[in-house]
Amino acid sequence: MELLSFGKTGWGDELLIATMMTIAVSITAMLIGFLFALIFTPLKLSKSKFLNLIGNSYTTVIRGVPELLVIYLFFFGGSGAVMYVASIFGYNQYIEINAFITGSFAIGIISGAYSTEVFRGAIQSIDKGQFEASKVLGLKKSVHFLKVIMPQMLRLAIPNLSNVWQITLKDTSLISVTGLVEIMRQSYIAAGSTRDPLFFYSFAAVLYLLLTYLSMKLINKLEVRYSRGY
Amino acid sequence: MDFELMINSFPKLLNATLITLKLLSASLIFGLFIGLLFAILRINKNPIINKFAYGYSYVFRGTPLLVQIFIIYFGLGQIEYLRSTVLWVILKEPYWCAIIAFSLNTGAYTSEILRSAFQTIKPGIIEAGQSLGISSKIIFYKIQIPIAIRQSLPAYGNEIILMMKGTSLASTVTLMDLTGVAKYIISTTFKPIEVFIVAGGIYLFMTFIIHNVVKFLEKKYSFN
Repeated sequence: MELLSFGKTGWGDELLIATMMTIAVSITAMLIGFLFALIFTPLKLSKSKFLNLIGNSYTTVIRGVPELLVIYLFFFGGSGAVMYVASIFGYNQYIEINAFITGSFAIGIISGAYSTEVFRGAIQSIDKGQFEASKVLGLKKSVHFLKVIMPQMLRLAIPNLSNVWQITLKDTSLISVTGLVEIMRQSYIAAGSTRDPLFFYSFAAVLYLLLTYLSMKLINKLEVRYSRGY
Repeated sequence: MDFELMINSFPKLLNATLITLKLLSASLIFGLFIGLLFAILRINKNPIINKFAYGYSYVFRGTPLLVQIFIIYFGLGQIEYLRSTVLWVILKEPYWCAIIAFSLNTGAYTSEILRSAFQTIKPGIIEAGQSLGISSKIIFYKIQIPIAIRQSLPAYGNEIILMMKGTSLASTVTLMDLTGVAKYIISTTFKPIEVFIVAGGIYLFMTFIIHNVVKFLEKKYSFN
């Protein structure tokens, strides 16, 4: 227990901060994922074969390639890509992107592929009559999407999105290879300096379990809220 | 684009794919046994037994695979007692540690898949067996298990693909699997995109094969 105390001798405060970092990365990645889903879901649902192909390649490639490989691509290639773009605008200095941004971007792209599939499935399982009805009523496109499709889609999507959240949360452990100090990295450091890997990795497992348990409780509440009337 | 690097790294990566496939097949075989065992424990009526099985699957599904590998590879070596037993011969090898971690992980997911398959079997089928006077053991092995396997094929196919992606974590415990070699080539040449295309292509090809084999099996064992 002494190992977990706060202050200079224990690792309690470091692990607490690391847990916050894990939560922060997960949320950022999830939001980046939604952004990607916002772009790629319409592509997958579009009638154009070409746009379909783009949408499908994104989800197929990301879901068929290991997360770790994607993270290495971003870790080693991220600053190179940004520097290349910057050089087009005439900026030739070395740019280093911090691990938080690279990490949440890499995980975000992965989580985005899963979210895209969830949203696509949800929209496709909304009754066709709903689309026709709002067309007949002459609703504006924005109203049609925000007031008719969105609420029904969320109800269908939330249970699956909670799975995506769990996957995203667990995937953040892989960012530790880039040196971002989240739960896994902090446990690695603590295990190295105290020579007690069994304790610290088991404690990391407990922290992850706690996070998944608590987030499940929270999501269940959301689910109840969005399925009112059913 | 450095095509020469892509062509040169291809045989190295293909060689490493062999280790990935070995890891995958070994963990799937062990995982299937573990999964079947825990699925049977889950449908047991004794609350202690089925709580235990639920706890197992909850813990392994609720924590990242990376933590599980690290606990087994770095953590277990710390126990003095273990180092003096025969088990140490296995546990000191990163290869076997990875297989143990993967098997336990995929076992947890497989047990959930099989459990839900067992529970969706229509009671009428079992009752039909009982009224024909078939013993409950034979009902279980000859009726319930084959139906459950058929039911769980689509979900299990996904699990195989997830596990294949999971084997990439073996590279974190010094194993040179496909991802491990890819990372090595990237960090020596600093050409991440080229290597990603080749290694990712190999992974995608494997996903494609697994997907189609499972689809074929689904068709072959469909009810009608």
